[in-house]
Amino acid sequence: MVSLRPEEGVMQSRAQAIQALFDVLSDQPVIICNGFPSREAHKIQDRSGNFYMIGSMGVAASIGLGLALAKPDHQVVVFDGDGNVLMGMGTLATIGALKPGNLTHVVFDNEVYGTTGNQPSYSRLVRLDHVAKAAGYANVERVWEREDIVYEFKDMLNNEGPNFLLIKVNEQIEDADRVALDPPDITTRFRDAVGSAS
Amino acid sequence: MIDSDDFVKALQDIGCDFFTGVPDTILGGIIEVLSEQRLYTPSVREDEAVAMAAGAFLGGKVPVVLMQNSGLGNALNVLMSLHLIYLIPCLLIVSWRGFEGNDAPEHVVMGQTMPQLMETLRIPHRTLSAETMVDDLQWTAHTFMDQRIPVALFLKKGVVKTIQP
Repeated sequence: MVSLRPEEGVMQSRAQAIQALFDVLSDQPVIICNGFPSREAHKIQDRSGNFYMIGSMGVAASIGLGLALAKPDHQVVVFDGDGNVLMGMGTLATIGALKPGNLTHVVFDNEVYGTTGNQPSYSRLVRLDHVAKAAGYANVERVWEREDIVYEFKDMLNNEGPNFLLIKVNEQIEDADRVALDPPDITTRFRDAVGSAS
Repeated sequence: MIDSDDFVKALQDIGCDFFTGVPDTILGGIIEVLSEQRLYTPSVREDEAVAMAAGAFLGGKVPVVLMQNSGLGNALNVLMSLHLIYLIPCLLIVSWRGFEGNDAPEHVVMGQTMPQLMETLRIPHRTLSAETMVDDLQWTAHTFMDQRIPVALFLKKGVVKTIQP
């Protein structure tokens, strides 16, 4: 019987990983998937360049791809989750085929649907980094220690993508409220931050 | 019948500058013209396509998504929980398969219910015709800019020339 529980030794929480990534980022736009990833990112560092999703599960990378194609001079970052990637796995093929050099797809992989009560996902059995590699991402890394997260993320932001950074995290959820911003305000603020005409 | 070239030109005239979608035979001519001009980014699913369009809008583009009406089903959740609540517009060009029940069985239900479905979602829509194309597109542009939500143009067979007549 194959266990569907996270690997032993993964001590980093997603919130700690998000903090490590924000420490590296300057003004790059970040599309953040729905559920606790957006809530945690909003609590850790609210930035006008953060686009918090509150619904439409599975399409964070699609939004990031559209933005990366529209803004080739911006380094676009996506914060995604394993359940989200599994839901929209076809998009890995679209990204692998189109090869946007300015897209870095970060996936926090806790092997569960954490926002809804830790139901196991298939990412323990199906290696999403392998899928991304097979789909044609230019750089793929799988990390769990803070120093490796920082090193690989910096490297990816400076290199031709598309990049796929799989960060193994534990199931711990930060005590973070729902994102209090009105969705239309998120849209307007984000468009201003990336210099899109209103 | 509208030439695909003219239709694409008319879309560009109202400002459209990002095109994605999933193919349909009715849309074949338009996609061919867009591809020749390197304006078309193929998508693998309609929910991905409308989300990509949302990202393009965040990046300052005026996006168009081409799809068969069966694909509207795939796109519904993203239209409802992204575009309609974040006020992110896009132009949906939807081929009307199953119009008046005249198609393969899988198209019949969507063909009958599509206009009501769009009304339920409060997505403004029109059916394109050669006689009213300029007006249809002006209406589309105004609705897009004023309401900042998705707007649908339905395309019946034989209105825009396609590669397989």
